[in-house]
Amino acid sequence: MNKNLKHLTNGIITENPTLRLVLGTCPTLAVTTAALNGVGMGIAATLVLVCSNAAISLLRNVIPDKVRIPAFITIIAGFVSVVQMLVKAFTPSIDKALGIYLPLIVVNCIILARAEMFASKNPVVPSILDGLGMGIGFTCTLTLMGMIREFFGNGTIFNLAITKGHIAPMIIFLLPPGGFFVFGVLVAASNALAKKNGKPVVENLGCENCPSKAVCDKANGCQQENGGNK
Amino acid sequence: MKITLITSILLAGILTNNMVLSKFLGICPFLGVSTKVKTALSMSIAVTLVMVISSAVTWPINYYILKQEYNYLQTIVFILVIAAIVQLIEIFLKKYIPPIYKALGIYLPLITTNCAVLGITLLNVQNEYGFVPSLVNALAAGLGFMLAMVLFAGVRERLETADIPVFLKGLPITLIAAALVSLSFLGFAGIGG
Repeated sequence: MNKNLKHLTNGIITENPTLRLVLGTCPTLAVTTAALNGVGMGIAATLVLVCSNAAISLLRNVIPDKVRIPAFITIIAGFVSVVQMLVKAFTPSIDKALGIYLPLIVVNCIILARAEMFASKNPVVPSILDGLGMGIGFTCTLTLMGMIREFFGNGTIFNLAITKGHIAPMIIFLLPPGGFFVFGVLVAASNALAKKNGKPVVENLGCENCPSKAVCDKANGCQQENGGNK
Repeated sequence: MKITLITSILLAGILTNNMVLSKFLGICPFLGVSTKVKTALSMSIAVTLVMVISSAVTWPINYYILKQEYNYLQTIVFILVIAAIVQLIEIFLKKYIPPIYKALGIYLPLITTNCAVLGITLLNVQNEYGFVPSLVNALAAGLGFMLAMVLFAGVRERLETADIPVFLKGLPITLIAAALVSLSFLGFAGIGG
């Protein structure tokens, strides 16, 4: 049981998908203009992650190794369509705010990476817990980033006025540069914390954990980066 | 009328609504493969090629087959079509145009799971573009991607030799540099209506 618990907590802090593994950067930057959007995106991705991890783990002995990536993508796309319909039906405002980033969960590398690295090698229960933990970690980071950007950019947190009306908001935080900037600062902060606790520091993009690492290495992209990482 | 539409799509895709810097699509290759100008250029040519071909194939599928009643199948159909197209392009180039395959082939598998390609096909549907505007949109997005990649590769080559505070080394400074490049692109806002 203890081991199962570890699978769950692994994704929340030690291997936080956005800050430690640096996967799924596109939605992290794109939808976090408000805390609520971060929560919505996080929950939607968590649902897909848990379901796809469970399904892939169940099918892990059936799917031939050669076509596993297309098979994984098809499974993931199926669950994404389901979640998309659920969001559209029950929370249309979130659906509007997330826009095309909701269907783009299909190509979110966190999900494919967990399918490839964990679910295709482990039994169902740990896979579900791993998906849940990763999803919670993703949701937490997105919410945090949404709160920071919403606070500085609009003076509110979860639509509650904090400094609104007293201090002029810095709209730049809601614009694309603010996303890059806040994410950069958060990664720096998580690196500082990791260093304090004697954990390895994230110096480059999450190539180690990316499902397409082998290809990237050959393309000389990540290889170049890892060369500089002593 | 048509020419103004096409120019405005081109300008929006390349400058004002740049795919990477304002829509955050294709961040992984933007940060991962932009360490050298040459790799950045080849990668973006491959992305542009796949985006234009995928738009050309998904548009008729969406318009004639999926229409309104099956639009819940969009996501799953589009991703499968893109995956198949990437495979086909790879096979085709390998057999018939080996020099291009040698230059771009390596980037093709990376593109299947690149959110930029799926993103652009979905945006075409969302904006209700016709066939030609869809292709122009894909081309513009590809050129915008190329511009951002090449510019950023230049910035990163400079970063290599810069004296950076310890806690910002690596990814954090790269992201902050991206913020500054993105900030400069905000200056284009308003061009092309």
